[in-house]
Amino acid sequence: MTVYYTRDHEWIAVDGDSATVGITDYAQSALGDVVFVEVPAAGKTLSKGDEAAVVESVKAASEVYAPVSGTVSEGNAAIEATPDLVNSDAEGEGWFFKLTLSDNDELGELMSAEQYRAYCAELE
Amino acid sequence: MSEPEQTLPLDGWHRARGGRMVSFAGYAMPVQYEGIIAEHLWTRSSAGLFDVSHMGQLIVAGDGAQKGLEALLPADLMILKEARPKYSLLLNDEGGIVDDLMITRRGEHFYLVVNGATKHGDIAHLEAGLPRGVVLDHMKEQALLALQGPKAVDALARLVPGVDQLTFMTAGAFELAGAKAWISRSGYTGEDGFEISVPAAAVEKVADLLAAQPEVKPIGLGARDSLRLEAGLPLYGHDLGHDTSPVEADLVFALSKRRRAEGGFAGWHRVARELAEGPIRRRVGLAIEGRQPVREGAMMVDAEGNEVGKVTSGGFSPSLEAPIAMAYVPLAYAVQGTQISLASRGRIFTGTVTPLPFVPHRYHRKGAPQ
Repeated sequence: MTVYYTRDHEWIAVDGDSATVGITDYAQSALGDVVFVEVPAAGKTLSKGDEAAVVESVKAASEVYAPVSGTVSEGNAAIEATPDLVNSDAEGEGWFFKLTLSDNDELGELMSAEQYRAYCAELE
Repeated sequence: MSEPEQTLPLDGWHRARGGRMVSFAGYAMPVQYEGIIAEHLWTRSSAGLFDVSHMGQLIVAGDGAQKGLEALLPADLMILKEARPKYSLLLNDEGGIVDDLMITRRGEHFYLVVNGATKHGDIAHLEAGLPRGVVLDHMKEQALLALQGPKAVDALARLVPGVDQLTFMTAGAFELAGAKAWISRSGYTGEDGFEISVPAAAVEKVADLLAAQPEVKPIGLGARDSLRLEAGLPLYGHDLGHDTSPVEADLVFALSKRRRAEGGFAGWHRVARELAEGPIRRRVGLAIEGRQPVREGAMMVDAEGNEVGKVTSGGFSPSLEAPIAMAYVPLAYAVQGTQISLASRGRIFTGTVTPLPFVPHRYHRKGAPQ
């Protein structure tokens, strides 16, 4: 399994043609206390860049965009019921949705863990 | 704003305590320390320390100060007693709100606390409107702290003997950490608490001493906003502005009886008309269905989809664990229990008009048990 990252602070864990998507620890920390999440339903097809999910903290609302194209196989109902899971375990139990990739080539445009760390360090 | 960001006297103090600094009213200020919800709930159950040194502290003095101020705001200063802070409004000639403020008679002068983002405009407005011979002093060397919450009195009385004798909306001169402190029992959270004006040179020592009390934690702007929203208190620049009147804003309590009858203040014609005939729209509280917050700027729409009102503050209430908002709605809708449709980010939300405050005030009023 390989984990990729985006400039919008999402992570994508890829195993074959299936991927799990969430927001990074950096993103949850910047958002603050998450109070509302809406994840896509299974079966929804997403093109790269589509609005895929909604995440809102006490202060701010933001969208999660599909980092790659594919068909949603599962949305994480646990974070809709318990939004603070996104704060406590953003890169684990706080995942947003699972996706069957339609174009593995899109992964080439994403960042590695090392590149993402350097990217975040520049933002500080 | 293109002006460079300024720092407050406690800038380093906030950073050392892990405050996440953001730009607000032209200053770097802490939006949160450990997290908005934790800080919010701590303030409601214990005591929170807020740095509000960005706010403007003004002195208005000289012959004609009382009369001059009465021409600009609707408070009855003739009956305003010494050391009794009063909430009031600077009004423009059209009856719009230039700012909301606290005014206190202190001996020969009046002490005003105005909003940080509007203080320079307020000073210009006051200087243009006050008669010759009245002197306005902006106390730039004065810091302002707020200690808010049910245990604020325990923490502060340990350091300032006698401060527990103050009741809600009374004030006095005290000494704190060796510095002169003007302390009023007031605040912006709906809780019991105090606002403490001290020289900027002493504020770090004062903040250290307050934060060392077991009841006290420093609280950022994020929780200050969620606390005041739950308390139903309007925020200037969001819920109040140059084109909202006191009657629309449901701040009729700030219009004193004598001034309402006599007039003689800026904007009185509109205020008198709206008092007699009712305003076109009014500020109300809204309980939002579901869990997703509705934010400032969301439109209220009628059955035909026309925009008929607007959300001016909205967020998630940590105490109620539900989204709440304030909005201006047409008078016919400003009735408790009315359901309202709101459009925001391509969605329709449902709000129910709810009495303010959302969370009951717990002020320490005169006559209440100690």
